[in-house]
Amino acid sequence: MKIAVTSQGTGIDSKIDPRFGRAAYILIIDMSDEKVEVIDNAENVNAFKGAGIQAAAKVGDCGVDALLTGFCGPNAFKTLAAAGVKVANDVSGTVQDAVDAFKNGKIVFSDDANVDGHW
Amino acid sequence: MIISVASGKGGTGKTTVATNMAVSLGAGVRLLDCDVEEPNAHLFVSPVIEQSETVFTAVPEIDKDKCTLCRKCSDICRFNVIAIAGKTILTFPELCHSCGGCIAVCPEEGAITEVGRELGLLEQGVFDAGDFVHGRMRIGEAMSPPLIKKVRERIKPDQINIIDAPPGTSCPVITAMKDTDFVLMVTEPTPFGLHDLKLAVEAVKLLGIPHGLVINRSDMGNDDVWQYARTENLPILMEIPFDRAIAEAYSRGRLMVESMPEWKGKFQELFRRIEKLSKAWENRN
Repeated sequence: MKIAVTSQGTGIDSKIDPRFGRAAYILIIDMSDEKVEVIDNAENVNAFKGAGIQAAAKVGDCGVDALLTGFCGPNAFKTLAAAGVKVANDVSGTVQDAVDAFKNGKIVFSDDANVDGHW
Repeated sequence: MIISVASGKGGTGKTTVATNMAVSLGAGVRLLDCDVEEPNAHLFVSPVIEQSETVFTAVPEIDKDKCTLCRKCSDICRFNVIAIAGKTILTFPELCHSCGGCIAVCPEEGAITEVGRELGLLEQGVFDAGDFVHGRMRIGEAMSPPLIKKVRERIKPDQINIIDAPPGTSCPVITAMKDTDFVLMVTEPTPFGLHDLKLAVEAVKLLGIPHGLVINRSDMGNDDVWQYARTENLPILMEIPFDRAIAEAYSRGRLMVESMPEWKGKFQELFRRIEKLSKAWENRN
């Protein structure tokens, strides 16, 4: 099983980037061996429009089961839902904290976006 | 001739200038309110609306049975209207700018078709000085340029067309000012007025359109705007004082030229000066 976490840096000790669509990096963590794959999201940071949709499609392509982030907008949420990715909002601390919380079953998944578009 | 009335900052008096100039000219005028997000020129010229039509813009609809998820449409769209999420394809039609790129690159016959997204209403009628056209954007619609373009399709170049433009300096106002013969900028002598005027002037310069200034509420604020006009070589074509009588007429939906007929001649003179500058510009090029 793989999970995605939005991150301000490339390492697992980096802080979580609270924004989803325009996060600096998205880390894909394979929960079986905690191997980290880094997705550079620079292209979306400066996207004209629809950064959330684009980032969501990318995360969907990675075959992850869940996304852990701070704030996820409605269009991104819809795209992630279509790709079968569960979303947990309001996750903070470091990426490692999020991974640990996920392992311990402490992550609560959302039923809806937690911010409006263009947040 | 097409004159657009713009400002940068909102609330400086674009509609006041556009409507009063239109009515002062008496006849043969086409007044087009392109501030489709909040049209208000009709409140002052009370047109009789004769035609009303709902206008649409083209957005893609995908036939999921014919789509092979090849991603060509999703890759070409710079507004991310089409997303491939796992084994599904999703569209966000409210983001679409109707470029048609997705349909052009789609290799599957009939997988993407154009459907309409309602933009709002286009209304046309008559008022004292001629024809009146405006757009009323659908509540919830975020994009005004497509509807502004529809309003502009009603321009008749052989007549005097006066466009009341939306405020700002982004796509809506550019759509309203582009390819007009003259941009009349209405400003006020306040720091906000001047700040946004500068942005608007920069935009008009890029578009290469002759332009001039009306200073509204000219006896308030400071004289920075006159200094700016001097350095930029911007002709000041009219000044309107901060007068309670003007504000009262406005608040009742009345035109200045109705309440204070002495202004009629001044607005006619304003038009003559615009005509002159526009001709001089044509000859210069």
